[in-house]
Amino acid sequence: MASLATLVQGGGQTAVEGGHFEPFFPGLVVLLPLLGFLANGFLALQHARASADAVRGGAELDLGDPSSRPATHTLPTWIGPGVMAVAFLITLVNFTRMLGAHLDEPVILHYWTWIATGTFTVDAALQLDQLSMIMMMVITGVGTLIHVFSVGYMKDDPGYPRYFAYLNLFVFFMLVLVMGSSYALMFVGWEGVGLCSYLLIGYWFSDREKADAGKKAFIVNRIGDVGFLIAMFLLFKNFGSVDFVPVFHDAETLVYGGGLVTAITLFFFVGAIGKSAQMPLYVWLPDAMAGPTPVSALIHAATMVTAGVYLVARSSVLFALAPLSSAVVAGIGVITALFAATIALKQNDIKKVLAYSTVSQLGYMFVGVGVGAYAAGVFHLMTHAFFKALLFMGSGAVIHSMHEAYHATHNHEDPQDMRNMGGLKAFMPITWVTMWIATLAIAGIWPFAGFFSKDEIIWYAGAWAGAENAPYPQLYTVYWILALAAAMLTAFYMTRMMVMTFHGANRTGDEESKHLHEAPPVMWVPLAVLAVLSVFGGWINVPEALSSGWAGLGGILPMGEWLHHWLEPITAQAHHIQEANLGTYSYYAPFGGGEALWAAISTVAAGLVVLVSIRLVGGRTVVPVKDDAAEMSGFAKVLYNKYYVDEFYDRVIVQPILRASRFCWKVIDAGIIDGVVNAVGWGSKGIGWVVSMFQTGTVNTYAFILTVGVLFVLGASLF
Amino acid sequence: MTSLLDSIGYAGWALHALIWLPVLGIGLVLWAEEERAKNLAFWWSIGVFVLSLGLWWAFDPTSGAMQMETTAPWIPAWGVNYSLGIDGISLFMVLLTTFSTSIAILGSFNYIQTKQRAFYALMLLLEAAVVGVFVATDVFLFYVFFELTLVPMYFIVGIWGGERRIYAAIKFFLYTAFGSLLMLVGILFLFWKAKTLMGMPTFAYEDFLLVPLTGTEQLWLFGAFALAFSVKVPVFPFHTWLPDAHVEAPTPGSVILAAVLLKMGTYGFLRFLLPFFPLASQHPTVVTTMLVLAVIGILYTAWVAAVQPDAKKLVAYTSVAHMGFVVLGIFALNVNGLQGGLVVMISHGISTGALFLLLGMLYERRHTRTIAEFGGIARVAPWFATAFLITALASIGLPGTSGFVGEFLALMGAFESHPTLAFLATLGVIFAAYYMLPMVQTVFFNKLETDENRAIEDLNTREMVILAPLCALMIIIGWNPTPVLDRMEPSVRVVIERVEEAGARAAASDVLEAIPPVEVTQTLDPEDMNDGSAPAMTDGDE
Amino acid sequence: MITEALVLSAILFVIGTFGVLVRRNAIIMFLCIELQLNAVNLSFVAFSRVFGIDGQIFVFFVMTVAAAEAAVGLAIIISIFRHYETVNVDSFNLLKW
Repeated sequence: MASLATLVQGGGQTAVEGGHFEPFFPGLVVLLPLLGFLANGFLALQHARASADAVRGGAELDLGDPSSRPATHTLPTWIGPGVMAVAFLITLVNFTRMLGAHLDEPVILHYWTWIATGTFTVDAALQLDQLSMIMMMVITGVGTLIHVFSVGYMKDDPGYPRYFAYLNLFVFFMLVLVMGSSYALMFVGWEGVGLCSYLLIGYWFSDREKADAGKKAFIVNRIGDVGFLIAMFLLFKNFGSVDFVPVFHDAETLVYGGGLVTAITLFFFVGAIGKSAQMPLYVWLPDAMAGPTPVSALIHAATMVTAGVYLVARSSVLFALAPLSSAVVAGIGVITALFAATIALKQNDIKKVLAYSTVSQLGYMFVGVGVGAYAAGVFHLMTHAFFKALLFMGSGAVIHSMHEAYHATHNHEDPQDMRNMGGLKAFMPITWVTMWIATLAIAGIWPFAGFFSKDEIIWYAGAWAGAENAPYPQLYTVYWILALAAAMLTAFYMTRMMVMTFHGANRTGDEESKHLHEAPPVMWVPLAVLAVLSVFGGWINVPEALSSGWAGLGGILPMGEWLHHWLEPITAQAHHIQEANLGTYSYYAPFGGGEALWAAISTVAAGLVVLVSIRLVGGRTVVPVKDDAAEMSGFAKVLYNKYYVDEFYDRVIVQPILRASRFCWKVIDAGIIDGVVNAVGWGSKGIGWVVSMFQTGTVNTYAFILTVGVLFVLGASLF
Repeated sequence: MTSLLDSIGYAGWALHALIWLPVLGIGLVLWAEEERAKNLAFWWSIGVFVLSLGLWWAFDPTSGAMQMETTAPWIPAWGVNYSLGIDGISLFMVLLTTFSTSIAILGSFNYIQTKQRAFYALMLLLEAAVVGVFVATDVFLFYVFFELTLVPMYFIVGIWGGERRIYAAIKFFLYTAFGSLLMLVGILFLFWKAKTLMGMPTFAYEDFLLVPLTGTEQLWLFGAFALAFSVKVPVFPFHTWLPDAHVEAPTPGSVILAAVLLKMGTYGFLRFLLPFFPLASQHPTVVTTMLVLAVIGILYTAWVAAVQPDAKKLVAYTSVAHMGFVVLGIFALNVNGLQGGLVVMISHGISTGALFLLLGMLYERRHTRTIAEFGGIARVAPWFATAFLITALASIGLPGTSGFVGEFLALMGAFESHPTLAFLATLGVIFAAYYMLPMVQTVFFNKLETDENRAIEDLNTREMVILAPLCALMIIIGWNPTPVLDRMEPSVRVVIERVEEAGARAAASDVLEAIPPVEVTQTLDPEDMNDGSAPAMTDGDE
Repeated sequence: MITEALVLSAILFVIGTFGVLVRRNAIIMFLCIELQLNAVNLSFVAFSRVFGIDGQIFVFFVMTVAAAEAAVGLAIIISIFRHYETVNVDSFNLLKW
């Protein structure tokens, strides 16, 4: 193991070429959250021990008023967000340094040899390049905000230190995921974040449903992980390594569209499907809303679920070589985007709406990376992290307020059900404004962040359809239409959510509404920061066709295609392969019209959908859950029940496996195998019983048999 | 450290001491007072463990050959020698044995309340026998130790076990003894061959390696040896003794059974099966059969484990699944697979041993092992829940724990040679979560409902002392397995090269009946063999 | 001469064997065993006339063993008698499956 000094400074550093990028303690970025986890974890265990003693006595640990809480409860407030803030600052320093340098090759920092057999070696090494840097910025940046928000959201929870321990551990694994220099190390982070997701979804584990949700997330994720493992095995078998640099270098030798690269990429994509909640493995994500809301913001919106997109973007070289896999990626993406969007139309739980929205937006990202627009996929990943984290935290603020209102009046209504909300804008103006910004961003309204990122993805889908040698042009035309349709649905269900939550008359209850209040500063400040990012975040990557036109206000938007250029060292190889095989992109959508025209059409359409649905939903009378006896029918019922997918899986997969398991145990194991074993035992016993008949116990019998035996032997030897 | 060990001549006597010190301990424990027996046995085993730690430094990690070899005549008329030695394969098995014996003894302080002296004496006897299995380089000696392990285990299960202990003990004994008898026949066959070859009776491991065998002979002998070791591992479908033995055995018995006794089977694969019968070992049918059995073991027992109402039985079944990964790695017949298999052996010893200890602690508190009767225990026993979760995650092979390194390498190795079967085995990763997480949830999460569960105490100091090193090892090996892998690699290479060479020769002569060349140039000094005088310990180090 | 001795020895041995087989009294059976032993002794002595002194040495061995046997055997019989108050071997059938 490397000593601590080399660990943080980056001991054996290699391949610093084409630029003068000096990493600034990159190891600390990973190490700090780990240290935070250890500190918080220790505090959490101490705290839990005290609370256990209380529980054993038949009571709950009394946290009392905020001023007299034990140190185990108050210290994490500083440790948890503190390590994150420092990690963010270090990342920022590295980022600015990288901005200055023109880095063509990734910087790899070796710490120690992780696994080394005779034929296989993988180092514990971090890779710093443009892609991992963007991810680090998102993770530490949004992560810090969510940590700060959590201080307000979770402060009265008895498991507060445990919460921060898990959250820090999650960030650690997430950073390993994006900074690891090999697929193997990425897999460490990959499963590590899965573990943290499991722990945090089931954070309130006393509730059986929540614990179940965590378990479901873990097991479904593991189905994807098998794909990831197989893909790694294939890589090793063919390249002898799973490190990024040699694999991508050797990938040149693969046949374009060959079976091998298709298999590798498809298996990787199975992993991505599991982690990023795509069809058909998306079922765990809506259930994952059982976790605390900031967790949903961090893990199930901003970072972990986008790991699949990161994986595809990271493996862009491989995916570019496999047009079939890319088509599958985009296809799964667009189907998921549409499918989840339709489910979101009929959900009443505010977090469920956002969960399906996340699934849908992740689908968009996959469309992006599936049509070879890797920068666009990462771009949407980034803007989505801003506005979806904002939406989740905003909903958290709402739930927090609702919860306290119901708590104060000892009401047991569901604080997450939008039918119990309504008119909250009067009570929570800041939340209201910031969430509207995020809603406009996700709906794709100009000039908010989501407009640029989503538009670019849809544009590329159309452009791919018209590429010179496009592999499946009709297919991509269909993708393009579906993606547009899903964008309209997004605008509708998000507006519906906003209207049901914030507009109209309040339905919380007369007594309860007195207790509704705006979130404290520790909660709304992160919202405000993210709101700013949701507005301006999209400006870093305004396509040329737009930036000089109306959308860029005639070129005043400052940055142009910055992200695109920034990621070029990562995507260049993939683009090279694409150009060689696909020819140039079309500059027209499948039905004619340039990028600017369709951007205008889509933003106007989305704006119209928002306006119409404000009228539509606002005109509807919504009744609180307790008075709601409405029976749904037809397709609405199917949507409300999420297409019965969970029920289907339960009947077709879960129950048969359980039945098969019981069959294996009762029939094969206890019946057949042990039956044979016991039969041998009984057989021996039976033979023994028969033979034992000769054992009369009388000496004379024995003597007689002995004599006969002796005579027999004598006779035999004589004759 | 190395110079210190050299100055006391460590390499010359360490292996003998690791066998005979526990035997000496038996006398002391039996002679001690009943209440003192456990402390005496514990500190004695700690002493043995500390002594064995010296092997880590005394061992030369660059060599794949047998090291610290010593030999003395035992039964000269039959050519039986008392000869010991270790290589990179047995090194870790010895360390695992001494370590888990100490842990198991400490873990039985509460559990064992009757006939304590006898119990701890048997534990020490077991330790001596198992160490003997791993360090014997004389096949006869190996067989004696191999069978000797049955005796203490039989009594540990049969006397201190649960309700059906007699059934379990007899099943365990007969099942495994049956397997090893066939191996004895095989050993005798090899003995006669070696005698003809060398012109004198010998049971030496190196001499057996020189015995020329036709392909058919190899297949038959492979079958005999494989059966013995497969029962021990256990490989599906010879596994049904294991759940019964585990469920009925007292906690320390389960710990030792899982941690080291099962390893004797896979150790036998590596030490005897592959080197003795290299042609049979790479016969496509044989390899496919073994791999298919391993895959069935992985998937099938995972399913069976998932529906067990008894927590201990669940963990017992998972042992079969884990050992399936070991067999899978071994019959991948490449360096990755073998090293992966070895790491799984180590990791399984640590994590499953820890799981049995934890379940034992739970049983001491609650006097039941039925999963459904627990619930919400994490609220009253947070340290307990944490330790259990870490162990469970290591057991299901989460990256960052020892379980992952082993399973990853084993699967990767298997994928190199047999992608389809390896793919099926990889599905075991899913089913590992499928059996482990529901148990963790039902026991530690959910609502804390009953008063009995509410009264469960958290870990006490002794229990923390037991679990801390285990959990630490799981994580350390998970993050930095290289020191372990480095030490085993040369020895693993020796095995692989032997198999590959034999295969290459067979391919060159284009027949399965290829005969390895006979190189009777070295090894045994005939005088040494037939000299029945006082055992002069010759230091085998070169 | 030797033939007669051997014939006598054979007769004695067969008598002893029949005694062991047909009698039920432990003492009598015991005596019959002694008879068998002594029949063998007789053969030994007879043979020693032809083959040298070895046979007579063996007789001493046999006598010693017989004495020891008598001591142990009688002790067993006595202790059995104390327990069962009979020496009829048919009543001692505990030694079976």
